[in-house]
Amino acid sequence: MVGLNHYLALSAVLFALGLYGALSKRSAVVVLMSVEVMLNAANVALVAFSRYVAPPLGSVMAQQGAFSGQVFALFVITVAAAETAVGLAIIIYLYRVKETVDVTEVDLMKG
Amino acid sequence: MGVSIAFWILAVLAVSAALAVISVRNIFRAALSLTVLFGAVAALFFTLSADFLAVTQLLIYAGAIAILILFAIVVTPNFQFANRSNKLWFPTLVASALILAAILVGIFRTAWRTVKPVDLPTTDAFATALFDQRLGFVLPFEIASVLLLAAVIGAIVLAREK
Repeated sequence: MVGLNHYLALSAVLFALGLYGALSKRSAVVVLMSVEVMLNAANVALVAFSRYVAPPLGSVMAQQGAFSGQVFALFVITVAAAETAVGLAIIIYLYRVKETVDVTEVDLMKG
Repeated sequence: MGVSIAFWILAVLAVSAALAVISVRNIFRAALSLTVLFGAVAALFFTLSADFLAVTQLLIYAGAIAILILFAIVVTPNFQFANRSNKLWFPTLVASALILAAILVGIFRTAWRTVKPVDLPTTDAFATALFDQRLGFVLPFEIASVLLLAAVIGAIVLAREK
């Protein structure tokens, strides 16, 4: 029977893959895509917690019911949408200025 | 039982799609794999009885964000160094593996206070949790709208032609 640990392990694997991509890739677009993978992994963990874990008795979370995790996931999706829009606008601007989206070549602030 | 089978299929699909995002040579194909991952995560939300979030995931991620990323790839033609890694890929691989190991140890060594999950449509209770008068998230909800407005204006200012 699939339970909380399965979802959390899947979430951890997705998070690690996204982390590797975000830190090791040269194309800014792929870095942004890897960040989206990490955000999705976090969302899977949040929704799994909201379904399987009981909030501590007497806490504000217990009064709010078991759906705070889903509410957090909704806000993560909202912020991810804003982040993607601004991030891609920055990439387009970068391409116009430097003719590249290779993050290793963008060193304008290097001393 | 059916949910377990669905979970394993979707888990394999999601992990292979994430692997494709970081390993396929063509960035365009990587973006399409990312769309598959978004769909798999939406289906995982269905297996967790999070109906509203699953549909939101399909609309926002598989719809809007996937199209935005494909659009950014098309307007920045950079296929000559498609999906290459930088010089620090090996230390990054080791660090990611260590972090994965640490998280997995944390997951499996913690005694979670699990409850028996209920298989009901959760959209009703979700709306109550979000908009409850006393304990809801009405103020963050309103702030999120301001954040989206600021992001839209910022994106237009950054990306428009001078």
